[in-house]
Amino acid sequence: MTKRIVVLSLVICLAVTGVLFAQGASEAEEAKDLKLVLLVKSLGNGFFEAVADGGEEAAAELGNVESIYMGPSASTAEGQIDIIESLIAQRVDGIAISANDRDALIPVTKKAMNAGIKVISFDSGISVGGRIIDLAPSDEELIGRQQVQLIAELTGYKGKVGIVSATSQATNQNSWIEWMKQEIQKPEYADMELVDVVYGDDAADKSYREAVGLMQKYPDLAGIISPTTIGVLAAAKAIEDEGKKGIVQLTGLGLPSEMQYYVENGTCGQMALWNPIDLGYTSTFILEALVTGAVEGKEGDVIQVGRMGTVTVGKDGSSIMGTPFVFNAENIATYAAMF
Amino acid sequence: MHTNRTAAVKNILRKREVSLLVLIGVLLLAVTLRAPGFATGQNASRIINDTSILIMVSIGQFFVILAGGIDLSVGSIIAFSGMAASMLNQAQPGIPAFVVLLVGTVIGVLLGMLNGTLVAFGKVPAIITTLGTMSIFRGMTFVLSKGQWVTAHEMTQSYMNLPHGNFLGVSNLIWWGVLVSAVMLTLSSYTKSGREIYAIGGNRTAAKFVGVSEKKIQFMIFTISGLLSGLSGVMWTARYAAAVNETASGFELQTVAACVIGGVSIAGGSGAIPGVILGALFLGIINNALPVINLSPFYQMFIQGFIVLFAMLINTLSARHNEKMLLNRRRQ
Repeated sequence: MTKRIVVLSLVICLAVTGVLFAQGASEAEEAKDLKLVLLVKSLGNGFFEAVADGGEEAAAELGNVESIYMGPSASTAEGQIDIIESLIAQRVDGIAISANDRDALIPVTKKAMNAGIKVISFDSGISVGGRIIDLAPSDEELIGRQQVQLIAELTGYKGKVGIVSATSQATNQNSWIEWMKQEIQKPEYADMELVDVVYGDDAADKSYREAVGLMQKYPDLAGIISPTTIGVLAAAKAIEDEGKKGIVQLTGLGLPSEMQYYVENGTCGQMALWNPIDLGYTSTFILEALVTGAVEGKEGDVIQVGRMGTVTVGKDGSSIMGTPFVFNAENIATYAAMF
Repeated sequence: MHTNRTAAVKNILRKREVSLLVLIGVLLLAVTLRAPGFATGQNASRIINDTSILIMVSIGQFFVILAGGIDLSVGSIIAFSGMAASMLNQAQPGIPAFVVLLVGTVIGVLLGMLNGTLVAFGKVPAIITTLGTMSIFRGMTFVLSKGQWVTAHEMTQSYMNLPHGNFLGVSNLIWWGVLVSAVMLTLSSYTKSGREIYAIGGNRTAAKFVGVSEKKIQFMIFTISGLLSGLSGVMWTARYAAAVNETASGFELQTVAACVIGGVSIAGGSGAIPGVILGALFLGIINNALPVINLSPFYQMFIQGFIVLFAMLINTLSARHNEKMLLNRRRQ
């Protein structure tokens, strides 16, 4: 509670000094750096600290940008609204938000946009009308196709592959799996077969049992894909306990901090997840393009995003960053420290 | 007269366990027909290993149900004690694993005592108390962990070896299951306190009249349930090398199901540990068989529910049958 009060009073102080500073600056000289804010769900979360690192990286590349990292102490929409109010008063140039609520922020972000501030959302979006662009880390097709590519690289483009999913009704899981089925039809996977989809319900014990069951049902199983954090963790443990390390390959979507052990010891050769550094980096580039007027953020606009290539604005401002980032034994330690 | 009665009770129990054994045999046969290679020695030890935690927690649940209560908080106690032990192991890798195990178990005991105090001295019905503490303990798990997980690279090898290591070719986890079963069987069948639990569950008023302290018994059973859940929590997180906040959510229902399948009357007063062990094994076999028999997950849910209901039905019918037998005997 006291922590909250301290943070709140800090924010208020910041707002007040911000107002004073902004007035002083406009009198003395024209602002030289664009102030682009990354407003995250809450402070003290490794994932968002990494987003901030990406923002800094983009600012260094762009040169004319000051990247500011902010967030409430607890992940509430109210906390974010207070901060946006203060940012409006500070007259920052752009805000990229990972929203605690898709709808609750709309009034205040509209106010910000009316004040000439460019607002986009990333990671956790704001509904249409409350932002110019919403940047999703990836899309279902890219994720699904990449999972098959990753397991194929591990198994040498041959053998039987099974999927350990979350629940059988999970929409995101099911559409990823549909895209995996599409991808594996391609000629380069002619020697591969997607034999089964099982559901671990995102419970460690059930996922473990289902993974063991897969290996029992298909004694010549070559690989497991588990596009869910708990599933991939349980499958890794199951492969180890069954003594199938190196025989059954594993990939999936996993958090580096949780999977570091298995990625480093080779049970899970490589896995993917959207990279928060890339999210912060891309968001900052998009904001800069909007603020400088390089693009308006209309459907079909193509934005140059440094090392990430380009981002194309889709319908209703929704856009996609790209294929998830691949973690392997070489790079996982770095990312495990972040999220 | 008394020896007669116990002999009769034992007879019925024996029958129950025999029928369960037959049922398990049929189940194994059916699964093996669909998935050859299921009934192998290696797979048997895998299933017993997988079911040991369920056996231990179900025995705790058994005592509570036997006295006419229910403990819905076992899954949350598992999660909390498992998370606490894992975090201790992560923060202080130097502390020997068995000390961490002890700490996790003591945490389970304390949480169980809290349940026991509320039920025995606060006079809050067991189902309400544990419905509340189920959420409280789960919430505490989130608060303690701040939503973060503890995973393999943050645990010491000796911690993960608590269930995983083996002695005489049998995994430690199975040994723990055997030890807990033996101790608890002795407690329930050969001690005064154990018989008092049966007495309270069978006829509360009569038991009080002969001087059985209901408060003492209620406090004791929730403490035992907490103890076994705490122990299992450490085993669970070490076994899967992952302490997550959702650990064992919904597990309480599995333990109740194991008791019911094992012939424990949900109204209290009757049942025995061998039945509970078989009930848990029965569920364990289903849990391990469903992934290998190529059925859609929706059918799997259906089968699981159906089997529990079926066992419950058999229970009610046999209870009714026993009542009739008793009435007939009295008439004679």
